[in-house]
Amino acid sequence: MLYARLIASRLVKAVIVLFLIIIFNFVLIQLAPGDPAAILAGEAGATDEEFLNQLRERFGLDQPMYVQLWHYVSGIATLDFGFSYRQQMPVLDLILARLPATLLLTGTAFVLSLGLGILAGSLAAARVKKPSGSLIMALALLFYATPLFWVALMAVVLFSVYLEWLPAYGMLTVGAGHTGLALALDVGKHLILPATTLALFFMAIYTRMTRASMIEASQQDYVKTARAKGLSNGVIQRRHILRNALLPIITLAGLQAGQMVGGAILTETVFAWPGIGRLMFEALQQRDYNLLLGIFFFSAALVILFNIVTDLVYRLADPRIKEAP
Amino acid sequence: MTETVLSIRDLTLALPKGADRAFAVEHVSYDVSEGEILCVVGESGSGKSMAANAVMGLLPKGVHATGGEIWFGGQNLLTLDERAHRSLRGLRIGMIFQEPMTALNPLMRVGAQIAEVFEAHGRHTPKERQARALALLEEVGIPQPERAIRAYPFQLSGGQRQRVMIAMALALEPELLIADEPTTALDVTTQAQILKLIRDLQQRRGMAVMFITHDFGVVAEVATRVCVMREGEIVELGEAREVLDHPRHDYTRALIDAIPNDAVPNRHHAAEAQPLLEVRHLDKVFRSRGGMLKPSREVHALDDISFTLSRGETLGIVGESGSGKSTLGRCVVRLERPDSGQLLLDGVDFTTLKGETLRRGRRRVQMIFQDPYASLNPRTRVGLAIAQGPIANGVPRDQALAKADELLELVGLGGVADRFPHEFSGGQRQRIGIARALALEPELIVADEAVSALDVSIQAQILELLERLQQTFSLSLLFITHDLRVAAQICDRLIVMQHGRIVEHGTAEAIFRTPRAAYTRELLEAIPGRDAVLASA
Repeated sequence: MLYARLIASRLVKAVIVLFLIIIFNFVLIQLAPGDPAAILAGEAGATDEEFLNQLRERFGLDQPMYVQLWHYVSGIATLDFGFSYRQQMPVLDLILARLPATLLLTGTAFVLSLGLGILAGSLAAARVKKPSGSLIMALALLFYATPLFWVALMAVVLFSVYLEWLPAYGMLTVGAGHTGLALALDVGKHLILPATTLALFFMAIYTRMTRASMIEASQQDYVKTARAKGLSNGVIQRRHILRNALLPIITLAGLQAGQMVGGAILTETVFAWPGIGRLMFEALQQRDYNLLLGIFFFSAALVILFNIVTDLVYRLADPRIKEAP
Repeated sequence: MTETVLSIRDLTLALPKGADRAFAVEHVSYDVSEGEILCVVGESGSGKSMAANAVMGLLPKGVHATGGEIWFGGQNLLTLDERAHRSLRGLRIGMIFQEPMTALNPLMRVGAQIAEVFEAHGRHTPKERQARALALLEEVGIPQPERAIRAYPFQLSGGQRQRVMIAMALALEPELLIADEPTTALDVTTQAQILKLIRDLQQRRGMAVMFITHDFGVVAEVATRVCVMREGEIVELGEAREVLDHPRHDYTRALIDAIPNDAVPNRHHAAEAQPLLEVRHLDKVFRSRGGMLKPSREVHALDDISFTLSRGETLGIVGESGSGKSTLGRCVVRLERPDSGQLLLDGVDFTTLKGETLRRGRRRVQMIFQDPYASLNPRTRVGLAIAQGPIANGVPRDQALAKADELLELVGLGGVADRFPHEFSGGQRQRIGIARALALEPELIVADEAVSALDVSIQAQILELLERLQQTFSLSLLFITHDLRVAAQICDRLIVMQHGRIVEHGTAEAIFRTPRAAYTRELLEAIPGRDAVLASA
């Protein structure tokens, strides 16, 4: 009951925020220099004024801004995100076609970084001042500090070019015509390099945070109580220290999860992954404003969604938070 | 013939290099026998908890035994490996700690935390463990044990949490219970209940109890034998009655004398026609912020509070946690704004002042805070910390710093203005806090639990200092405390508060000799060691 109320009130707020974001993005993109009609016409090889005016009229670009905005917002209310004139397809279709690839990549990276980060962090916390603990922290610092695209390129050089273990780009082997399990294996193979690359940075952050948080939790009074009960070290680490240490991690994980649509541009570009990130990059270059706005909308919606999810998870994890919105 | 359960022989524990002294405890020997409560008494830093930690195998990092033996159940605990030591903890030795607020895991239900004790020693099935946890909660007198077993610690009061701790410590019926300041953080009436519970359980089960405390009142209440410690050494060891009535060592005598006693000084301050502070019908309600869909909750922190305070008078506000006494203090210094009512300072309503006039008015009312550790900025030199108030009020910096030096001298800390707070002890920091309050030459000082965090001997010194300063500057003092005896020492008049209301109001003597309200009588009766101290007085 409490959760139903909470979710309801959060969703109402989310709709308001989304609405404001739509307006903000729309106005912002209008302010960008460059006339989409001129670019379209230029690419078509025509420069005469009449053709330009025709284009403007066809796309509604001759209307005042508030009218254009009204058309756009009322369109979104019916899930119509407009038409991409560059790609000659509805924006929604374009995004939905690319979304699964991106979510597969970012979702895998999310699970990978969270799981391995917490594991490495707990190991490091249990081995403070030991060489193995220091090694974990040194690696974490290295991944934290190295630029993502460079890691990606080096991974391609090592694993694809030199060792020839993994494919260097794409999501599946073109023309192989795999189906079923073979297809899944093929995609899995293509997924390893980009997902790992994307995961490394956050994994490093989780490792560092888990370790710091666990060291802090291990100095709390309830840990002494647990030891006074005669519990074994492993149980104390897992049940008392780690559980309390995970609370700040939840906040961070929520942040990372919110970036799942828009956060993989670099990785998708390097590995030629057919996802939203590349779509956005192309739309940007081609001044495909409708498509760009559509992508912005989806990534904003996902951020808001994961904010709500984070709050709910936090409430489940920490019984002390019972105050309503 | 009672059997010796624990025998500490010539124990020496070394502190890490760079500590105040080389040894936490030095050549300490004592026994704890079946069916007795041995109280280990000392002030902070006396090493009174260290031997207990060694018995548990829970010594802080860097502290280690360099000599002696701890005999328990036919084994020397100092030579046990971690695994063998762990098998004793919780099973044959139970322990409870000072801070019930932090000693329980905030994310686990109470029942699960008790059941863990059985799990740690491989006893019973999960279902039986829950049943036993319930029985234990009943035994330690938790109201509604069926609900409490499913509660999280934050849903219980401090006293209830301490009962849960006791239930965990006693789950496997240990032969030895170590209680490390188990009632220090509790209200006085709760403390009385917990002490009684520990005594009852100890008698019912015939356990040996090692009870660590700083409070001789508590000693008088529970001890069979007493071990007084000072700077890592035993000063006095003997039967409780003997030590309390005929302390042989000067230090023991000083500690016993430092306990504020019931011999209330008969002080009376002539009321003036125009009091400095007049509080009329003060009201304050705290509302928890309700959301769009959630009703708000209200707590009446101040309910129709009225009193007066004359120049040079000391008025004590006494109450337990949640009585509204601190809210009252915060309203008087305008850190909090009352919902309605008036606070007349020299006839001017302090509650309606705003902006610049309020800023200037603040100078006249200053506050001394409870926690001398948290109330000073750790990165500000103490001289500057004292001078900041005057500087903000337009006094030239040099002049303000010179004044800070004088004030430090006045509170007995000359020539330390350029040190940082961490270089001082708790008592010294409280002196700095007093100097800071005096820097603005106030007419009224609100002292909120100003001596509660201090050892008794330091407490006595600070009270003396406050009294001297009050007379020198003819200050009015609003002294907020949970401790009736401390209040009686220093206050001309007392107000007893409960649930935001004044339940009794009168001279300190009248309240002690002839308390009228039932709640005041309850508070007086709950003071530990009252009968014993009275008997010896």
